[in-house]
Amino acid sequence: MTATHERATAPRRVGRERLPIPALVLACLAVAFFALPFIGLLWRAPWRSLGDVLGRDTVRDALWLSIQTSLASVVASLLLGVPLAWLLARIDFPGRGLVRALATLSMVLPPVVGGVALFASFGRRGLFGQYLDEWFGLRLPFTTSGVIVAQTFVAMPFLVLTVEAALRQFDHRVEDAARTLGAGRWYVFSRVTLPAIRPALVAGAVLAWARALGEFGATITFAGNFPGETQTMPLATYLALETDPDEAIMLALVLIAVSFAVLLGLRDRWLGGSRVIES
Amino acid sequence: MTANAPQPIGRAAPATLALVALLAAGCGVGGDDSAGAVDGSVSGEVVVFAAASLTEAFTEIGESFEAAHPDASVTFSFAASSELVAQILEGAPADVYASADLATMSRLTDAGLNAAEPVVFAENRSEIVVAEGNPLGIGTVADLADPDLLVVTCAPQAPCGAYATQIFERAGVEVTPDSYEQNVKSVVTKVRIGEADAGIAYATDVAAAADDVDGVAIPAEVDVVAEYPMTLTTEATNPVGGDAFVDLVVSDSGRAILAAHGFSTP
Repeated sequence: MTATHERATAPRRVGRERLPIPALVLACLAVAFFALPFIGLLWRAPWRSLGDVLGRDTVRDALWLSIQTSLASVVASLLLGVPLAWLLARIDFPGRGLVRALATLSMVLPPVVGGVALFASFGRRGLFGQYLDEWFGLRLPFTTSGVIVAQTFVAMPFLVLTVEAALRQFDHRVEDAARTLGAGRWYVFSRVTLPAIRPALVAGAVLAWARALGEFGATITFAGNFPGETQTMPLATYLALETDPDEAIMLALVLIAVSFAVLLGLRDRWLGGSRVIES
Repeated sequence: MTANAPQPIGRAAPATLALVALLAAGCGVGGDDSAGAVDGSVSGEVVVFAAASLTEAFTEIGESFEAAHPDASVTFSFAASSELVAQILEGAPADVYASADLATMSRLTDAGLNAAEPVVFAENRSEIVVAEGNPLGIGTVADLADPDLLVVTCAPQAPCGAYATQIFERAGVEVTPDSYEQNVKSVVTKVRIGEADAGIAYATDVAAAADDVDGVAIPAEVDVVAEYPMTLTTEATNPVGGDAFVDLVVSDSGRAILAAHGFSTP
């Protein structure tokens, strides 16, 4: 009963509760810590050159490529990551801890090392990459597909962890009820479980998308850097920093604006609690 | 149920800002502790920002510097010259800056951050870097125009990339690289691990990786001679040590080390 009760009162408590002063001060410090770098960036931004920078082909190419590849990475993460989360959350098999550690290893791995690992496995001379090339003529390094692979490699763990946590918390009895009514496993998962954990699904997808959009190290290592093909916004920003810091700042601001707009637009949906149980 | 005293955000914020300012100030005052400048003797840490192609030669010169000055140590940052100059322009604490071309050095001098006139201490040539044994039989710059070849060069921002662009122009060929790499070491690495078929790199970098790659010489009428200038920066926290390092590089023993790594010295 408490679960339902808390959920029902949650929206009002957000407004009423007060923090102890030390916690509030620290929270404000955290806000400042996050905000100050952006304020600094905005302060230094050469606003007059905004139109000029945005009009450049390399910038438009990089932005378009970043949007395409990051979305493709999210799709790949959803396709592979949700079943993996399902497996990890529900099935007790030997080595589960090992699989979970493996699935999240790329979060802690320095992305550059991730890029090297991808070379060793999917590169032209890599353990599996040589067969991809030989049998299917498929080459990942220095291609847009390589960008998506690199981004998915570092982004998917965010989705897996988020969805797995939600699946663990989800009340089994609802699924059991559906099953007693004659629904199959797949039907229950897609029609009962997934809608119920939708907020976590969206949150995980957004986290993965944000990580993919900002991916730098694995991409520049594994996919290389060529305008329009593998040069995403972070790469373009980094290289611009060497010769034209103003352009780099404008590029960064464009990326920030796009990300911020998406995060802001989605906040209600992924902060809203699970509503299925009550209804 | 939880709070001791209600605290509107409006009142907490100024305190927070003051705290942030305090923290920022605290970071600003320290840090000026590098020794060496006091009595004119060479000691303390010398920070050298140098082009990636200088990695092997400068590391060896650094060892002989530390042997000659037991109280001093050298810390290197090797990266693309363009990346390093951008860092110095943003306030990175480099005592000495060594670039792989004059154009990148001029970005430092244009900003007035050179404490002395830059001195050209070495020259380098470019080569086509290929897999060991040159299995694809690449012989000329024109061969790189083959669209089936995976070719990598440095990004045009970096000196090695600017040289590559000039070499393609002088050879009159249209080469579209498959990737613009961050620095010359990264070009050699891509060929070394077999992910790229060929690249344009300095002869010295090809020589440094001679166990795994081969170099194809570029004819003098097509090649561009790379000139390496270096200077003490105005931001130097150890100018005495920095000066001593520059002196060592241009000395006979420094030139001998550079020559041993394939550089020619003026």
